[in-house]
Amino acid sequence: MRQIDSDFLALPLRRLADAALQRARDLGAEHADFRLERVRGETLRLSDAALEGSIDADTLGYAVRVVKDGTWGFAGGIELSPEAAVRVAEQAVEVAVVSAAINREPVELAPEAVHSDVTWVSSYEVDPFEVPMRDKAALLAGWSGDLLRDPGVDHVQASLTQVKEQKFYADTAGTSTTQQRVRVHPQLRATRVLDGRFDSMRTLAPPVGRGYEYLTGTGWDFPEELARIPGLLEEKLRAPSVEAGPYDLVIDPSNLWLTIHESVGHATELDRALGYEAAYAGTSFATFDQLGTLVYGSPLMNVTGDRTVEHGLSTIGYDDEGVATREFDIVSGGILVGYQLDRRMALLKGLGASNGCAFAASPGHTPIQRMANVSLRPAPGGPSTEELISGVDRGIYVVGDKSWSIDMQRYNFQFTGERFYRIENGRLAGQLRDVAYQATTTDFWRSMAAVGGPQTYALGGAFNCGKGQPGQVAPVSHGCPSALFRGVRVLNTVQESGS
Amino acid sequence: MTPQEMIERVLELSTADDNVVIVDEESSANLRFAGNTLTTNGVSRSSQLTVISIVGRGVGVVSRAAVRPEGLDDVVAAADHAAEDARPSEDARPLLEGARSADWDAHAEPTSIGVFGAFAPALGEAFATAEAGGRRLYGFAEHTVTTTFVGTSTGARLRHTQPTGRLELNAKSSDLRRSAWIGVSTRDFSDVDVAALDASLAQRLEWAKNRVELPAGRYETLLPPTAVADLMTYMYWTAGARDALEGRTVFSRPGGGTRVGDVLSESPIRLYSDPAAPGVECSPFVVAHASGRENSVFDNGLPLAATDWISGGRLANLLQTRHSAELTGLPVTPTVGNLIMRGPEGGRSLEEMIASTGRGLLLTCLWYIREVDPQTLLLTGLTRDGVYLVENGEVVGEVNNFRFNESPVDLLHRLTEIGASEQTLPREWSDYFNRAIMPPIRVPDFNMSTVSQAS
Repeated sequence: MRQIDSDFLALPLRRLADAALQRARDLGAEHADFRLERVRGETLRLSDAALEGSIDADTLGYAVRVVKDGTWGFAGGIELSPEAAVRVAEQAVEVAVVSAAINREPVELAPEAVHSDVTWVSSYEVDPFEVPMRDKAALLAGWSGDLLRDPGVDHVQASLTQVKEQKFYADTAGTSTTQQRVRVHPQLRATRVLDGRFDSMRTLAPPVGRGYEYLTGTGWDFPEELARIPGLLEEKLRAPSVEAGPYDLVIDPSNLWLTIHESVGHATELDRALGYEAAYAGTSFATFDQLGTLVYGSPLMNVTGDRTVEHGLSTIGYDDEGVATREFDIVSGGILVGYQLDRRMALLKGLGASNGCAFAASPGHTPIQRMANVSLRPAPGGPSTEELISGVDRGIYVVGDKSWSIDMQRYNFQFTGERFYRIENGRLAGQLRDVAYQATTTDFWRSMAAVGGPQTYALGGAFNCGKGQPGQVAPVSHGCPSALFRGVRVLNTVQESGS
Repeated sequence: MTPQEMIERVLELSTADDNVVIVDEESSANLRFAGNTLTTNGVSRSSQLTVISIVGRGVGVVSRAAVRPEGLDDVVAAADHAAEDARPSEDARPLLEGARSADWDAHAEPTSIGVFGAFAPALGEAFATAEAGGRRLYGFAEHTVTTTFVGTSTGARLRHTQPTGRLELNAKSSDLRRSAWIGVSTRDFSDVDVAALDASLAQRLEWAKNRVELPAGRYETLLPPTAVADLMTYMYWTAGARDALEGRTVFSRPGGGTRVGDVLSESPIRLYSDPAAPGVECSPFVVAHASGRENSVFDNGLPLAATDWISGGRLANLLQTRHSAELTGLPVTPTVGNLIMRGPEGGRSLEEMIASTGRGLLLTCLWYIREVDPQTLLLTGLTRDGVYLVENGEVVGEVNNFRFNESPVDLLHRLTEIGASEQTLPREWSDYFNRAIMPPIRVPDFNMSTVSQAS
């Protein structure tokens, strides 16, 4: 296992924490926590194999969060001295005091065991920040050039985003954690302009909690995927436009992960279900009074949350409230049985301990409940994707994510994809164009007629799930098998545009 | 060390051919509330140094937070090394010759929780009023001040202070079945009348007591300024000249070239940006931390002026860098941080437009807008926090929510009325784009693709 970088450990982590937490105690805070983070990100973009832009940026700072007389107070700082940390603690208490006048709901936190002086590092082999930018640019340029040499490709956009997160957390209960995790997201998109029309196709390689080894053969075969893209793009451009109507859909994990994210992941965040996000991200149809009774989907639907799966983007040892992460059930046999929690939400509804879903996007943000890796379990001994397709007379096989949108209570959604294949009498019969599928969440999941086996299971995910005000982004993965859904409404997007 | 001193020191330390140095000093304060009570709050500060080193046509960009004076050497060395190691940048151009802001030497003044000194008590009173009236208030108030300093090895010393404030206020009935929203952008919260905003939401919740269920379909629809802002902002973001030239946007001319000069609307619409526009003032020069499709680090400091994107209904300009302008043969018209749309003189208010409506829908705002098809710029999204049925000039009740599928470019062709423009807060994009002046518009056949059960 890799170690936490020595230059992060050399920062005055404990001295600042001790100073801030002691000052918060002295000022009467019932609870205080201190979080120092360095988040380093690098983005590299190429256009048609030429360098378009790059940036290597980091964020370094710390935050003190207090509960004073039942009211939150939060302040962030950047000066790495004990004196400055004391001032930030004082600011946090001041914010709590000023805010008390408009707080009608005393803040209390669910209990959590003390985790004293623990460390955690994510699973990766090669630190992408130790690979020269030139090498990374050369790799993307080579791949771009391979695509551009095909007469069926006019333009190629290539990018690599990589992030290293380092966190030190300490609280007045005695927990202190030091953690480091790495993630990468390489993408290439080929575009073809043909007869006044254009279309594009992107690599399906998901962002992952791995290092640079992901680009060199561990976890994904980029050369193999890139070799297939020109032909697939050509077929897509010449494909017939879909006839709108209800279809059986076999949805590949490369598309289904995003549907899970939007229609299950966000819908089962307890802060949303209780209305705390009502003015922005929204609420949830899966209200708390339906816990244990809501028929979310078919009996084949089993969904878990975790922040523990290897290479998951949400995966970490301890959350931003010092809670040890774990796996938990969300939907079992089609019934809603659990929510994603932070410490405040867990206590508020008498659910016992938090399941470790607090996260702050940066040292300048306060932790809020963010998404675990919410995943659909495969069926033990279940069918392959080909076997799922073989059970469909008239349908569409959906591959890759593209456009997504869902309402503020997570009822009504619409998704497109990278590729859509017509299914006729149990066989694929070429690509279709202009497809979007649209459904109500519970109708969709109740229509799930078959779930693929473990051999179809894959992790998808995103770096940039948004929530909260001030806006925060969080990385998250979702695992799922291929699955079959009956009678889903399919739109023709050209007809929708009125063209 | 002040930001100005830091810039001078970086320029001294670097061994690159040229440099651009940017320092962003940012401070922020916020209050978030739900169900007539505070939920989270905070204040924060950040200081970000971005060193852009140029060696030949190679560029290295290294950006670091909270850099101490003794750490400058490392940041500069990293940027210089990255530039020496970089592949040639296709947008490489000579840096602009120096210009100096009159207030270059001034201190960067931060915001603080004190910006809510008058607003917070008023919000507390609004909570009490709402509680008594059977309403619950949800929302967010945020004030951020960013002072950006740009210095170049060619002598530019430019400074801009950008205050950005917003209040989003959402009222719900106690059973959460009725919901209304209003948002305002502000530079300092001195102009925010929370009691008046709450009163307007109370009126909308009253409208919603009469519930009318309508099916999906095409409806005459009045879009308020916030909804128009969200649609036009997305269109603005997709108006990159280079992408259009390469044939992959709605602004590409089939067969090659761009659609600049094409008629997009039979109405005399003007869509433009102006860094000096009152109420929505923004940076009067280009600030580019990294190069991309619509920005170039070599353009840092380029003066920005009032720029028409659509003029008299015709597509007038696209988002350009100096590099893309050479490729397209069109003027250099960089992205500006505000967007303004105006119709013919004498446009009516939204209230007057409602009064002249026989039967139609009145929207509050749009939500979760995403691109479905770049060829037509088809967007999908939802209505949110109040869709009202207007009959014979009056609101007669609230309608269910819908998912829409529409292209803003196509809407420009089909709209039949453009009202009086006003400053507004784009509901969907206000995290990224806060400064807009937009009119309400009337569309005779807005495509409500399906019903959303959300309330």
